[in-house]
Amino acid sequence: MDNQLYLSSSPHIHSGETTDKVMRLVIYALLPATLVSIYFFGLPALGVLLICTLGCVAFEALSCNLMKREQTIADGSAALTGILLALNLPPSSPWWISLLGAAIAILIGKQVYGGLGYNPFNPALVARVVLLISFPVQMTTWTAPAPLGSGVDAVTAATPLGEIKTAVMLTGKLPELATSGFGDYFLGNMAGSLGEVSALALLLGGLFLLYKKIISWHTPLSFIGTVIVVSGIFWLVDPAKYPNPLFHLITGGLILGAFFMATDMVSSPVTYKGMLIFGFGCGLLTVLIRLFGGYPEGVSFAILLMNAATPLIDRYCRPKIYGQVEQKA
Amino acid sequence: MNLIQEFSKGIWKENAVFKLLLGMCPVLAVTTSAENGLGMGLATTFVLVCSNIVVALLRKLIPSKVRIPAFIIVIATFVTVVQLSMEAWVYGLYQALGIFIPLIVVNCLILGRAEAFASKNPVLRSVFDGLGMGLGFTLALFILGSVREIFGSGAILGFNLFGTGYQPMLLMILPPGAFITLGLLLAAMNKYEAR
Repeated sequence: MDNQLYLSSSPHIHSGETTDKVMRLVIYALLPATLVSIYFFGLPALGVLLICTLGCVAFEALSCNLMKREQTIADGSAALTGILLALNLPPSSPWWISLLGAAIAILIGKQVYGGLGYNPFNPALVARVVLLISFPVQMTTWTAPAPLGSGVDAVTAATPLGEIKTAVMLTGKLPELATSGFGDYFLGNMAGSLGEVSALALLLGGLFLLYKKIISWHTPLSFIGTVIVVSGIFWLVDPAKYPNPLFHLITGGLILGAFFMATDMVSSPVTYKGMLIFGFGCGLLTVLIRLFGGYPEGVSFAILLMNAATPLIDRYCRPKIYGQVEQKA
Repeated sequence: MNLIQEFSKGIWKENAVFKLLLGMCPVLAVTTSAENGLGMGLATTFVLVCSNIVVALLRKLIPSKVRIPAFIIVIATFVTVVQLSMEAWVYGLYQALGIFIPLIVVNCLILGRAEAFASKNPVLRSVFDGLGMGLGFTLALFILGSVREIFGSGAILGFNLFGTGYQPMLLMILPPGAFITLGLLLAAMNKYEAR
């Protein structure tokens, strides 16, 4: 039977890229940011990470079992969702918030649509936004970083973005932290969600993904570029009221969002042109929400809104079929 | 079909919300608590029964070309009655339901029953049809409102259920909560029916 002639349609060459390989590489890419968050926020951060990741895997197993679908926990997508969710939560989140978030991400964000590949929205972001809207107090209680071994207990603090929003609202002027301390922000020494604090660690992971060709440069570049240009315009108009682009770039969840969430293969456009449009929309919405919205941080809302526009973008950017002649209207 | 069947089909088999997905606007918008759901359901039931009676009585007099405007006028009359009565006697509920009371006029459940049933059937049948459909609608709104109130406020009909340690999940009493709850309820019911 070995001499069978196989007839199959193209493609005939497989790149060797499988779902679980991609997921594993993304998890590796998130490791630096994860370690930095544990360094700065200590055991609570580790707890949030563990509950989210294990929770997501458990709910995935449960729902596959209940719906009699093929068991998909081995492909790592649920674990990745769990890690991304944890990186989007404040380090002081109580255990039930992490667990509820895991349930929402997997059950409502992913499995009700049919599982991996069918979810129109990024599951981790769905969970984050549901939690943020449902439990505004717990979800915006941040702790100042207390590096391992420093012996300092967790102290409540505001994120840089939250602080400037309050200050601008009260006094109409930017506080001092909008113009100094960029080195700390870059390394991750500030209050914030687990994964949004260290721009350096996230950039390392992002570059690794680019190098491995898991993501293309289009979405992150156009996302971050748009944020820099749009926030730069505001800054040039009134530097006393609007923070400079660098501040926008390295505080908040922009880098995490641009490299790890806006590039989600399932919920973002498939063509390069589409990715550029997608990134532009994300960037524009992020700056508008940060500067004029009710919430200090807009990355997650921006990405979810653009997720909703993805089918439309894909339709608009449909590549021309080879040999097709433009039809005159 | 006898009268009992006319009545009971609206409760489950042809339930306006769970089976026909009619009248989604009030279903999603006012079910932030069990009380609101119940109030909205009963107001709709009243309008539905009354308009069914009048439409059934007039069914031979209304020219078919202008039947829809005629139905709407009948319905609008009873909605006005309901609105003024609620404003007089249950002012709190009246304020909670707000714009959705006058909007009962355009609830497609009511116009649908007038068009599909009352305009073709005698009065008594139409009454039972209206009652069944209306109470089925009320039941659906009550269930939806209860679920959302339990999770969103930790209470049912205003009684605190879980004590002070419970963190209410605000999303459930906001619009997304309505969609998520309705979707999950529908899924559960389809699953149950499919067995």
